[in-house]
Amino acid sequence: MSGTTLAHSAHQPEVNYLNHTKTLKSWLFTLDHKRIGLMYLGAVALAFLAGGILALLVRIELLAPGQTIMGPDAYNQSFTLHAVLMIFAFIIPAVPAVMGNFVLPIQLGAKDVAFPRLNLASFYIYLLGGVIVLSALFVGRIDGGWTFYAPYSERVGDSILFVTLGVFVMGFSSILTGLNFIVTVHKMRAPGLTWTRLPLFVWSIYSTSIVQVLATPVIGITMVLLFLERALKIGIFDPALGGDPVLFQHFFWFYSHPAVYIMILPAFGIVSDLMGTFSRHQVSGYKFVALSSVAIAFLGFMVWGHHMFVSGQSATSSIVFSLITYLIGIPTGVKVLNWVTTMYRGSIWLQTPMLYALAFLFTFSIGGFTGIMLGVLAIDVHLHDTYFVVAHFHYVMMGGNVIAALGGLHYWWPKMTGRMFNETAGRVAAALVFIGFNLTFFPQFIMGSQGMPRRYYDYLPEFQGMHQLSTYGSWVLAAGLFLILGYLLWSLVKGERATANPWGALTLEWTHASSPPDMHNFHDTPVVTRGPYDYHLAPELFVTSPGGDGAAEQVHPTETKA
Amino acid sequence: MGENGNVWMPDAMSTVASEVDSLFYFVLWTSTIIFALVILAKVYFAVRFRRRDPAEVPQPIHESKLLETAWIVIPTILVLIVFTWGFKVFVKLNSPPPDAYQITVRGKQWFWEFQYPNGTVVANEMHVPIGQPVKLLMSSEDVLHSFFIPDFRVKHDVLPNRYTSLWFEATAPGEYQIYCTEYCGTSHSGMLGKVIVQTEEEFAAWLNEQSQDLPPAELGANVFRQYNCGVCHSVDGTRIVGPTMKGLWGAERQFEDGGTAVADENYIRESVLNPGAHIVATYPNAMPATFGSLSAKQLDGLIAFIQTLE
Amino acid sequence: MAQTTVAALESQDHHAHPAHLQHHFVSSEQQFDAAKMGMWLFLITEILLFSGMFVAYTVYRVWHPEVFELSAELLDWKLGGLNTLVLLLSSFTVAYGINRIQHNDRKGLIINLVITLLCAATFMVVKYFEYTGKFAVGIFPGGGFAPTGVYHGHELSHFDVPYASQFFSIYYVMTGIHGVHVLVGMGIFVWLLVKAIRGRFSSEYYTPVELSGLYWHLVDIIWIFLFPLLYLI
Repeated sequence: MSGTTLAHSAHQPEVNYLNHTKTLKSWLFTLDHKRIGLMYLGAVALAFLAGGILALLVRIELLAPGQTIMGPDAYNQSFTLHAVLMIFAFIIPAVPAVMGNFVLPIQLGAKDVAFPRLNLASFYIYLLGGVIVLSALFVGRIDGGWTFYAPYSERVGDSILFVTLGVFVMGFSSILTGLNFIVTVHKMRAPGLTWTRLPLFVWSIYSTSIVQVLATPVIGITMVLLFLERALKIGIFDPALGGDPVLFQHFFWFYSHPAVYIMILPAFGIVSDLMGTFSRHQVSGYKFVALSSVAIAFLGFMVWGHHMFVSGQSATSSIVFSLITYLIGIPTGVKVLNWVTTMYRGSIWLQTPMLYALAFLFTFSIGGFTGIMLGVLAIDVHLHDTYFVVAHFHYVMMGGNVIAALGGLHYWWPKMTGRMFNETAGRVAAALVFIGFNLTFFPQFIMGSQGMPRRYYDYLPEFQGMHQLSTYGSWVLAAGLFLILGYLLWSLVKGERATANPWGALTLEWTHASSPPDMHNFHDTPVVTRGPYDYHLAPELFVTSPGGDGAAEQVHPTETKA
Repeated sequence: MGENGNVWMPDAMSTVASEVDSLFYFVLWTSTIIFALVILAKVYFAVRFRRRDPAEVPQPIHESKLLETAWIVIPTILVLIVFTWGFKVFVKLNSPPPDAYQITVRGKQWFWEFQYPNGTVVANEMHVPIGQPVKLLMSSEDVLHSFFIPDFRVKHDVLPNRYTSLWFEATAPGEYQIYCTEYCGTSHSGMLGKVIVQTEEEFAAWLNEQSQDLPPAELGANVFRQYNCGVCHSVDGTRIVGPTMKGLWGAERQFEDGGTAVADENYIRESVLNPGAHIVATYPNAMPATFGSLSAKQLDGLIAFIQTLE
Repeated sequence: MAQTTVAALESQDHHAHPAHLQHHFVSSEQQFDAAKMGMWLFLITEILLFSGMFVAYTVYRVWHPEVFELSAELLDWKLGGLNTLVLLLSSFTVAYGINRIQHNDRKGLIINLVITLLCAATFMVVKYFEYTGKFAVGIFPGGGFAPTGVYHGHELSHFDVPYASQFFSIYYVMTGIHGVHVLVGMGIFVWLLVKAIRGRFSSEYYTPVELSGLYWHLVDIIWIFLFPLLYLI
């Protein structure tokens, strides 16, 4: 990526995408992918807040056996709503719809995504779906866990009609976003931006989009069938009507296992970009990291049955699903190796985003290894539906996706807002999140292997110590997250103005766009002449630029030209 | 923690449990070693290669084909070992010996019923003989449940429209916890039970005793305990999910729809068999209608037991 | 693809943008390629949506083949066949309409769109009579399933067997969702017709016509699968 256009992004522009128009209407009807990304950021942050508060309530209830702050029905609804919000309203759209929307077109050197109207529509469809799901609260209990296993979920009440309809509608949003990104990556790349020069974040969003497009229709039809079964008693899943509940589980996991990759693949992309930028080094095994994301996306469709080893599916199916599960484990392991070797002989700058990348390696590896344990047939029989599983997927979802997403949020924050956050506060919060997270979820592995089942309102006294540790951990974690919210909001008001490229990265959003970017991203369409991590080909960029500590005290990239 | 202070797995109390544990610890320690290597390398690199000069631009390194290959081949071998091992134990878990003693298990919201070959039915407390393979033939009356005995390392979902089974052979006498591990509603966490492992003689004596008569109030107390009534109904006046049983007998009940009734034999009978018929004001309609299998004698016992709770 | 982008970029400054070209595309070709690819991806999601129902159909058919064969006799293959012909004709007229506008024949496009719309309407009317005919004898989806009397020479009390209601549930769900797609298609054709009459399409720009045609072919193809699976075997 040539340095010749840096001059355009020298100083913070007077007019940028945030302030060129200021009315509420100009936001609500915007077709600008950056503004849509920010609106998604607001929406998913609210969903995360609501889901997080429910999680804290669940943890407080579990401080002691028996009733602590709520009764069993309130507890059961809390964990159900926590999961539904976190999965469908937060984690699935979080990285693709927020950072994908904001960053992907700029990294491609495009003015926008291929279908801006569809992009805005998918945001409102997402909101509509969320409202429909929440309206179920006024109809009756939202109960049964996020897996909606038939027949229990259908028998709770008419609220299931709203939940299924809402998830169906949100699925549309997910499909449209994925479709938009696939076409954008194929058709909107800047001149010179070949497939092997794509940033790894683009590769990961591209793979994620494939899964979104291929898997989401299946949850759509599953939700439709569940809806019709409650409404018309069509008898596909409920045995009392002649249906089969195991068939529901097959349908559900055919989507929901690939959905795990919707959640984790974007995290791989963020971590790859962070490792490259903050090690100022080529990401080792670029092609492998890129293509393995695509491979994982497809393999992810063939392992859904490993959620059902004790469900009543045939033993033969279980054995086949167990074997294929390992096929995914291997490329994932190689990615971890590549991230570590990227650091080897690099120039490692431990700024807040990089701290999250390093934390990710720790937590995600634990999530991955425990996933291998759960894939072992005989061990899964014991661990299935215990807290071991709860801990495992939180290590993957939160320790994987959310920690990577926090890294990405800090990394792109200066680009999104034009402001730097307080680096010291950032490091403190990263430490709190890391410690709090492990304190919350590691004891759950031990409880689970000791036999503590999941979704339990009450528990035997011998588990109290572990439950208390976990609850205290959740408070540390919450403190870290609220600290982040605080200093990020503060930075909007008092933060130092960011330069175009405070981290010394080489992808187009840093080298060719100002912070915050111009309305159409670029002054001139960039022409790409090198790979996304070819730092050694651009030493002139770093003659006097980023280094040492204190991200805010950086030199304007333009001064490297001077 | 297990009684022997194990951090991870509880004590192994069935023939297959120790095999599962060997596999578990093999995977655990192999993973821990590889994980430690990754984290050590990461921390070492972060310190050793930290940025010393803002202008430094490291040269790309040639990837080591040997390292990449080793990193693919070694884990592949490891997971194949683990898969084969897990497969073998899984087959064992799924193949009950032909001479296994069969108990029929029925899962209901929110208790377990066990029927023995001689027709004896008990709830939540399953007595089994030691050193004898026991096969459970399981089904559900309502929604999905899952039958889990951690100490035996066995678990299987219990479905309404088909039979599923599991088997175990207990190795030591004692009481072991049974959990329901498939979410099944309000009192999912109260759907607990015990396996009571006894010697051959003790077991035979117990089974024989089941056909003997107990005084009604004592029988009722057993039923109340076995069917987990106490998960929702206290006997000491505290409010849980449903109304307390203390002082219930002869009291006037205020219903949601405004009606009233005196808690007598017929009221209690109706409340057990058809719990949705009259809902006491301020309480949810949460009790499942799954107690229809109670015998007349058991109902009489319950009524007698409630009369004692003044 | 990179080359097209470069070529398009070079030509960007040489002539004014046509009215239909959105600002973030560099050329009409790029815009058309993107739209077409987006449509194909959308069609893939549609196929997956229906494949879920085909899986449910297959599973229940494998479990209860005799019930499905018996129940299928209650569907009128003549009406189904008529609908198949009507949809095939409409697929042809859509394709021919695209061909006409490629030759700048606006009138030809309008005529073909009208015929397509009439075909789709015929399909829905036939479907209406099929549904109401069954409702009249108590063949409802799911819980309302209570067949009584005689229907097309079949004594319906024979059909009050386990899993017959599953067949009809699947029949109503599959044809119902397909019917919704036909209705959506009709809405799209009305919109195209209005735009065509206003002269928005030409051999230079007819992307919406082409994409709607793709959608309509998919709706037809799904029916081509539904018809034999439900009515014939």
